[in-house]
Formats: sequence, C-alpha cells, structure tokens
Amino acid sequence: MAALLEVERLSKRFRGLKAVSEVSFSVPEGRILALIGPNGAGKTTTFNLIAGVFPPDEGRVTLKGRNLTGLKPNQVCTAGIGRTFQIVKPFGQLTVEDNVVVGALARERSVEAARVQARAVLERLELADQANRPARSLTLPDRKRLEVARALATRPTLLLLDEVLAGLRPTEVDRMVEVLRDLNRREGLTILMIEHVMRAVMALSDRVVVLDHGEKIADGAPAEVVADPRVVESYLGAEALE
Amino acid sequence: MSGPSRMMPSGVTGRGMMLLVLAALGLVIAPFVADRYLVSVLTTVLWFAYVGQAWNVMMGFSGLLSLGHALYVGLGAYVSAALFVHFGIGPWAGMVLAMLVAVVAGCVIGFLGFRFGVKGVHFALLTIAFAEVARIGFDHITWVGGSGGFFLPVEAGASDPLNLRGSPVLFYYVALALVVGALFLSRALLHSRLGYQWLAVREEPDAAEASGVDLFRARMTAVAVSSALTALGGVFQAFYFNNLFPEQVFSMGRSIEIILPAIVGGIGTLVGPILGAFILTPLGEALTFLIEAGGLDLPGLKQLFYGAALVVIVVFRPEGVWPWLARRLGLVRQPGEGA
Repeated sequence: MAALLEVERLSKRFRGLKAVSEVSFSVPEGRILALIGPNGAGKTTTFNLIAGVFPPDEGRVTLKGRNLTGLKPNQVCTAGIGRTFQIVKPFGQLTVEDNVVVGALARERSVEAARVQARAVLERLELADQANRPARSLTLPDRKRLEVARALATRPTLLLLDEVLAGLRPTEVDRMVEVLRDLNRREGLTILMIEHVMRAVMALSDRVVVLDHGEKIADGAPAEVVADPRVVESYLGAEALE
Repeated sequence: MSGPSRMMPSGVTGRGMMLLVLAALGLVIAPFVADRYLVSVLTTVLWFAYVGQAWNVMMGFSGLLSLGHALYVGLGAYVSAALFVHFGIGPWAGMVLAMLVAVVAGCVIGFLGFRFGVKGVHFALLTIAFAEVARIGFDHITWVGGSGGFFLPVEAGASDPLNLRGSPVLFYYVALALVVGALFLSRALLHSRLGYQWLAVREEPDAAEASGVDLFRARMTAVAVSSALTALGGVFQAFYFNNLFPEQVFSMGRSIEIILPAIVGGIGTLVGPILGAFILTPLGEALTFLIEAGGLDLPGLKQLFYGAALVVIVVFRPEGVWPWLARRLGLVRQPGEGA
C-alpha cells in the first residue's frame, strides 16, 4: 500500500522547547490513522507543521510524493489537505452554507458551482436544515460538524481532524464516527485524526501513532498500541484506571 | 431554500426594494425641487456616502481598519488637479492616473502591513502615518502650490461636462452616479468568489487560509479596490471645490469623517455607509445652521456633535443603524427565515 502522506523526521522547537522531535510516520492511502498522546505531547504542533501554519526546523512532509514542506496553509489546502481546528473557527457572521461555500471555492471558480457542492456536503453532515442560520448561532456539536463540512468542501485527498469528537455527547460521537467511517469506506477518503476519545479511536482507526513529549513512542495497529506498556504508562494509564 | 443565503448577508424583501427605488427616484428629482443650498448639502451627503462605501470595502468586507483614507482622497485630488492645471488633461482621463497613484500608495502600505504581520490597531497606525507624511510632504511641493494651496481655474457660468466644469447640479448628479456605481460594485464584489474570501478573511483569517484563501492577495486586492474608489472621490472633490490645501485634504479629521457614516450606518453592510451619511451630514448642517441663526460662535461644535453621535451609536447600536432599521421595517430577510 502506497503512502499518501509521508512525515519524515519532523522537528520543531519553540524558544528552545522541543515541541516535536524527529517524528516520522506515514498514512497509507484510504486509511484512517489516529494520533494520540497526553496533552502537550506535540499532536497539534505536528498538525500545524503538516498544514503549513509554520515551517518545521527539520524534516519533510510529502503528499503523494510531492514535497509540501515550507508551503503556506492555503497552498497546502490546494495541494489536497483539508483541516479542522481544535478550537473551532467558524466564519461567525456568515450563514452555515456560506461557510462551506468558502471551502468549496478552493476548487471552484464560480460561486454557483461552489454552492451546489456546499449543499451536498451539508446534506452529508446532516447540517442541511441549519444552512441559512448564522454560523455563530450553532451549538458546539454542530460547529464541530461545520468544521468538518468546510474542510471536506475543499475536496481534500487527506483530511486532518483535530479533536472533532471532544466535548460531544456519546450519541453525538457515534453519529460523527458513522459519518467519518462512511466518508472513508465509500469515498476512500484518507483521514489523519488527533483524538482523545479512545472508543472512537478503536472503532475507526487502522493505525495509531502515539506521541509523548514531542517524540513518537508507539506506532502500530490499535490493539497492539493500547497493549504497549509505554503507552499505558504515559497516556492510557489514567484512563484505563477510570 | 435558494433565496436568502444567495443574497449575502441576507436578501432584500419586496418592501425593501420598493423603498430603495423610491429613495433613488427622490434623489434623481431632488435638484428640480430643492434650492441651491439643499443641493449642495445633498452633494456633500452623497460624497460622504461614496467614500464611506469605498472605506467599507477594506474595513467592512475584509476587516482591515484604515484610519488614513484621506491619503487616497488627497492623492486622487492632487494628481487629477495637477494634470488639469499643468497639462490640460481633463478629469475623465486624469482619474485613471489618480486612481493608479492611490492604488500604488495603498499597495505599499498593504505590502508593509501584510508582509510583516502588522495587524489590527498597528495596521491602522501605519495608515495614519502615511496620510500624515503626505500631509506634511504636500506642504512642501510647490509644483502643486505647497501649503499655500492649489487652485483650479474657475470660469463663471462655464458648462463643460467633459472637463467636469459646470453647475452644482452637474456635480450633484456625478456624486449620485458615484454612489449608485459604488453600491452596485460593492454588491457584485460581495457576491463574487473574491467577496466570499474577503468575508472569510474578516471573520477568521486562519480558517480562511486553511480553506485555500491566499491572505496576502485577498487583503491586497481589498486595499487596491478601496484606494482606487476613494481616489475617485478625491478627483470629484478637486473639481467641485477648485481648491486644495494639504492641511484639509490629508487631515486626520478628514480620515475620521470618512469612516463615520459607515460606523453609524453599519460597517460591512451595503446600505450602511449611505444611510450613515444621510443621517450625519444633514444633522451636522442643521446644527451649524441653528448655531449661526442663534448668533452664537462656537467653532468645533460640529466635531463635538459627531463625537456624541458616535458614542450613542457604539453604545446603543454597535452594529449600526441600518441592520436594526432593516429588521424593524422588514426590509431584508433575516438568515434562517424562509424565502
């Protein structure tokens, strides 16, 4: 299986603090990979390095063999990576539909074509009935869905999801897991997700990468990784005891 | 389903459209029924409505606060006036170069601001700095009169629309055409791909960028469009008043006067800057009239009034008068309402 995304020895320091240190992993095409680890492990920094928010100090990011290192976020988007934000960032005063239209305009020149596409995406994420409401009036679960909708509308080959399940109730988590699974299975969308909700990680992911203190400490099938003593000690321990 | 969101931010209702048409008709016939004084007041109203719309493209659509728009007014005014006085080039041709010079100035400010991450208030300070440099600089450019002022030749009773020489009524209609043109242009821009990208950048720059929007390009085009439109207002001003003084044209006070209508009427809305100008300018004029009629000499009272009006708006209607009025009178469809 060819790797769609290849992350090689990625490092980033903030004022001397090693946020991410020589992290390597790859995401095969059509798979779902989960990035887990305790708070401050460097997960979101890794995301931001892939998405072009800031350049890495060292290392390389390639998508389908194309080097994305040093590109700006909008160029990374155009190259085929869509992302959501952990702290949701809706275009508050725009309608839900117009939020998604902005995403669709990444590929479409015409607003009309973008709108047609936005409506299809909203349908997909069960937001169609909210289409004409201002985005700022949405509930948190709907805002999370809107993040995914806007990212999907950019027609990515790889979707980066930063804790889209956090703060959702169990039934809402199940709905979102269904949507993501469906996108992956039916449309072959490759997904890289940061997630704390282990139930969803186990249900969705084909592979799990664990970060701790900016370093990769485990990489493998979900069942193997959760049995890894280092992972249990650094991250799962607390939850496993609960 | 297709109605409201297509018309961003929300659609105009039948009643709203009727009122708009009536207002337009009223403005078209106004010079036939109004006296000279009223026509001059209305021309001032329209001028502020126009430059307010131009400013709105930057602040209202793209979230870029400019407190130095007098710069573009002044550049437009001086370039077109200099071309006319020194080379006999009329304003219709001169405005092209006037706009171009303003766009270049805007792009220099934009480049400095956006390349080096100067944001928000600091960007606003940058715009002030450039306007102030121009104000002081033009004081010393004797080719256009320096601090002593620059004057366009005036012939009594001349009627030469091709050189924008003529009666106050001619200027009234030119100003009206500018306002209507800017309204249609603003509307078209808001409904375009670029318009959506501007709004996204205004709301959440990071999310806009992650959605494929080139922040630098989006912001630079907003500055270019806004400065070009504002320069046109400057051309109008030069040929309307026939005199230019750096102290007035480039002044900080002028920059603030330009942004008040949009703030009062509603930043980011299409009608807001126009409505704001129709509220502020006549009230200011009425105040001046009353003070003079009362035999009082109170310079600066108009500025005080503008300040008070601003406070009232910011406290009670922070989103501006137009969104509130439109809701109350049912002139626009609200997001979430059926078509």
